[in-house]
Amino acid sequence: MASTHHIRVRLNGIEKEAEVEPRLLLIHFIRDVAGQTGTHLGCDTTSCGACTVLLDGRPIKSCTFFAVQADGREILTVEGLVQGGKLHPLQEGFHQEHGLQCGFCTPGMLISSLALLEKNPSPTEEDIRWGISGNLCRCTGYQNIVKAVQHAAAKMHEGVTA
Amino acid sequence: MIPPVFEYLRPATIPEAVSLLQLHGEDAKILSGGQSLIPMMKLRLARPAWLIDINHIPDLAYIREDGRYLKIGGLTREADVEGSDLVRSKYPIIHDTARVIADPQVRNLATIGGNLAHGDPANDHGATMLALEAEVIATGVNGERSIPVQDFFVSIFTTALEHDEILTEIRVPVPAARSGGAYFKLERKVGDFATAAVAAQVTLDSGDSCTKAGIGLTNVGPTPIRAGKAEAFLRGKKLDAQTIAEAARLAMDESQPSADLRGPAEYKKGLVKELTRRALTRAVERASR
Repeated sequence: MASTHHIRVRLNGIEKEAEVEPRLLLIHFIRDVAGQTGTHLGCDTTSCGACTVLLDGRPIKSCTFFAVQADGREILTVEGLVQGGKLHPLQEGFHQEHGLQCGFCTPGMLISSLALLEKNPSPTEEDIRWGISGNLCRCTGYQNIVKAVQHAAAKMHEGVTA
Repeated sequence: MIPPVFEYLRPATIPEAVSLLQLHGEDAKILSGGQSLIPMMKLRLARPAWLIDINHIPDLAYIREDGRYLKIGGLTREADVEGSDLVRSKYPIIHDTARVIADPQVRNLATIGGNLAHGDPANDHGATMLALEAEVIATGVNGERSIPVQDFFVSIFTTALEHDEILTEIRVPVPAARSGGAYFKLERKVGDFATAAVAAQVTLDSGDSCTKAGIGLTNVGPTPIRAGKAEAFLRGKKLDAQTIAEAARLAMDESQPSADLRGPAEYKKGLVKELTRRALTRAVERASR
């Protein structure tokens, strides 16, 4: 066994410290060490995007990043979306517009969509499809996911202008 | 999939990283974006005993013009290349290239230095840097040396980098007035490697004749390929549709694709011809603006 490293990660706003082997992937740290199982491990080959999390505000695939690399950095997962017991407008949009069927891809879709809306609050349909192009969904055909993100964009816009 | 056991090292400076490479020899690998290396480790295609993480070395990620060159730090993320206004406005061929690499999440980690140093003929920047006559800066124990991209790709997954050198910078000559370029890629889906892709860069004189042309081909041979015959054919000519079509045919002849899941060799040759035609046509449009 390789030497372990002490890491400190801010996960959904809470400091989490652990002793990790270098080969521990971030997805396993999040699910198995921190016990936050909202993030899904899908293909495990950097293809599907189910494991997408925000690393210092940018979406990455947590199956292709070592936990030790996240030392000192900030991670946001789907668990971090709810604020004060209220669903995030994106979560509400996915619910309202039927942006999921089996739901497996949803945590990753939400995180990629969040990153998109933070960068571009009024995306076109093409911008949305580009923003989620690293996330696969085998149920919806994407149409309702696009609608869900549009729903959230409109809702967040209202929130800003209200 | 869990990669095999390795030791993780986090140098704070380039000299420290180079000395770690010297100490551990061929058993060590540089961890940059990790978006090719980590999947290969998971599949046991790579089994480094030591990973040297250069992500904490300061001043390795930048995009700036400096006299004669556009200089891009080796650790610059593809997303930052894609998002750079300087790159978009003055080097659209590099913008075209960065935005079709893998997918948004991968581009947030993947680096331009890693893309080149990995030596995968399917990686996209190689062809573009050939078309631009770029140089890479390799930093080793004796300091920096410059390697023309033309001499950088040796064979599949093999570059001119020594095992104790790190690719620290890419230098692209600032293009002359009336220059333009474009990168066209056909991929089966977002995130796939190119079935084929073509980079083309041209410079025109005041009479619209071509004074310089660069053409690079992606994933149609053991390395990125420079289509030198097509380039030579274009020089001194006006780049009308017929001339471009002939250059595209020459570039096709210079490609060496093999059949795989993405299609038979003949299909890929046809693609090289069509993508060269499109890339040259767009390059001329951009040079004429």
